[in-house]
Amino acid sequence: MSLKIFVPGDAAALSVGAEAVAKAMTQQIASRRLDASVVRNGSRGMFWLEPLVEVETPRGRIAYGPVTAEEVPGLFDAGFLEGKPHRLHLGVTEDIPYLKKQERLTFARCGITDPLSLSDYVSHGGYRGLERALTLTPQAIVEEVTNSGLRGRGGAGFPTGIKWKTVLNTPSHQKYIVCNADEGDSGTYADRMIMEGDPFVLIEGMTIAGFAVGATSGYIYLRSEYPHAFRQLQRAIAIAYDKGYLGENVAGSGKRFDLEPRIGAGAYICGEETSLLESLEGKRGQIRFKPPLPALKGLFGQPTVVNNVISLATVPIIMDKGAQYYRDFGMGKSRGTLTIQLAGNIKRGGLVEKAFGLTLREAIYDFGGGTASGRPLRAVQAGGPLGAYFPESLLDTPLDYEAFAERKGMLGHGGIVVFDDTVDLAHQARFAMEFCAVESCGKCTPCRVGSTRGVEVIDKIIANQDRVQNLELLGDLCEVLTDGSLCALGGLIPFPVQSAVRHFPEDFDKPAPPPPAFEASKTQETPSWR
Amino acid sequence: MRSNQGWDADRAQARIQELERLPGALLPILHALQDEFGYVDKAAIPLVARALNLSHAEVHGVVSFYHDFRHDEPGRHVLKMCRAEACQSMGCENMIRHVENRLGIKLGGTTEDRSFTVEAVYCLGNCALSPAVMLDGKLYGRVSSDVADFLIDEAKRHA
Ligand SMILES: Cc1cc2nc3c(=O)[nH]c(=O)nc-3n(C[C@H](O)[C@H](O)[C@H](O)COP(=O)(O)O)c2cc1C
Ligand code: SF4
Ligand code: FES
Repeated sequence: MSLKIFVPGDAAALSVGAEAVAKAMTQQIASRRLDASVVRNGSRGMFWLEPLVEVETPRGRIAYGPVTAEEVPGLFDAGFLEGKPHRLHLGVTEDIPYLKKQERLTFARCGITDPLSLSDYVSHGGYRGLERALTLTPQAIVEEVTNSGLRGRGGAGFPTGIKWKTVLNTPSHQKYIVCNADEGDSGTYADRMIMEGDPFVLIEGMTIAGFAVGATSGYIYLRSEYPHAFRQLQRAIAIAYDKGYLGENVAGSGKRFDLEPRIGAGAYICGEETSLLESLEGKRGQIRFKPPLPALKGLFGQPTVVNNVISLATVPIIMDKGAQYYRDFGMGKSRGTLTIQLAGNIKRGGLVEKAFGLTLREAIYDFGGGTASGRPLRAVQAGGPLGAYFPESLLDTPLDYEAFAERKGMLGHGGIVVFDDTVDLAHQARFAMEFCAVESCGKCTPCRVGSTRGVEVIDKIIANQDRVQNLELLGDLCEVLTDGSLCALGGLIPFPVQSAVRHFPEDFDKPAPPPPAFEASKTQETPSWR
Repeated sequence: MRSNQGWDADRAQARIQELERLPGALLPILHALQDEFGYVDKAAIPLVARALNLSHAEVHGVVSFYHDFRHDEPGRHVLKMCRAEACQSMGCENMIRHVENRLGIKLGGTTEDRSFTVEAVYCLGNCALSPAVMLDGKLYGRVSSDVADFLIDEAKRHA
């Protein structure tokens, strides 16, 4: 049997040289006349080890990493095809503690299979969820998802089954499933990984959603910053059509489901579901007033399910193994697994899928190994640009929606960005306001005008101009933003700003510094950069 | 990289016609035009408006709303540099300043010889390998100032 070598085709792995490694592997196989082939799998999500190369042996898959193209001949010389020792040898992949300690449900196949091989997908449990769904009534599918306790992984944590039920119970000749693949939060990449590393699971999840609510058409709204994921999705969708898993007769069921990926255009606000729908309709991505909810009047005015990539990609395993299996993971009102993304200044950055309940500290130290710089950790921002900055003293917070809300923070899409002691929180607060100003959809005044005002006020605080009054003014501004914003961009931007002031007051009390680093790289006003 | 042949109404019209019947066709059309020309020329607005039965103002409003759509032809290479939080924590600001100094332009600008346009982006989904940049659609991780220099040198060598 031909030997299999795995070299990830994931964009992050490619960003540190996986393509050159794959080429070097192919060359060595040819010049040594070996019976081996290179599979371009997804990433296992251990990014500090990328490019992580694996080889299939009787002992299981053996990992080597991080591999450079130059080291490939040496790997062959050392006998890596038999899993023999080498400087980069990491042992049996599944036994690497980082992976072994995880509970991979949504990511069960990511990094293991060939993402574009439907037969790989099916032989690793793929399409069993759909198969079971096809034996159930729509009501029973929705009930199963409700009972699993699955809550939306896009940030708001709304129960997925309840959303589906509303769409199911709203009669219409046309309904839609829209996958929110805008993944705009800094520190997050789980959606990207699954779309590149196991795209069929998203297609299957959306198909099940379609059958559950009676929708025959689906769109994936993908951010334009992910061109590689787009190509991968296009290929996977074409394969699914070709093999009868999409189209007018899905898996021989006689039921129809069509799916099309669409690309966003670089607006963070288009991750908000109503703005996303406007954008899909070809309009400016401005927030819609709610009600009506998208579940009642969504895309083109029709009942629409809008769900995050991870929410939808989790549906197949719930349908396959049952609601009880899934809800047995987790704690309190947060059931199942959370896909934590360790990012920023962290030694072992990567994807950690674990039952809810792990603490920030466990995630950052037990998995992440502390800061990449080796300097003391000073601040952590979870939940993206609208999430709070936590100091070291809050690291024992469990990673669960309610626990974060209690501490005026947000778990969001599960991104955790670590900063060492070189961070300046006044500077970060300023960035948050600047981000809000750049990304505001412009619909309401507090956000549109208040954020620009916020930048000015923080600049004055940093420059030590009337600090006491300006800090008070900043507090008032934040209150106006919280109370007067139509959506969570303006409404939550006070989280990072006020948490910085609250937990790191010393950074707002320094002598006026030379202009902060950011000043130098402030964007030039050009039409392309609003 | 783009074919770089400048604006051409016939080619624009052809791209518009391929897509005009899609539901919500405006963004796909604008992307197609930008793929073709590197930017969305003012002259495209009436063509798109006519095809989709929209007013010029509506089309213009959409073009200007989204950060992606350029109004001017970019340089031969487009370097997008992430300045979001995870990349900040790994010192992207210093790297960005280095690139700005080296090319003699600020974010959003194009070099005089039209070889490079540099743009800011907020997250490229490579936050475990920060700082991240995207050069001509290709993602790079762990981009120190030295790596950035190398990428720029390489791009210059290949045109
Ligand atoms: C400013 C803003 C940005 C958002 N960005 C995203 C995003 O990038 N991806 C996402 O799935 N949800 C995002 N959301 C949440 C969506 O509005 C919505 O709650 C989600 O798509 C619902 O799917 P879920 O229930 O599966 O999480 C954002 C919300 C706001 C207010
Ligand atoms: S808060 Fe900001 S982004 Fe949200 S609707 Fe208002 S202006 Fe738009
Ligand atoms: S924050 Fe820079 S890639 Fe995500």
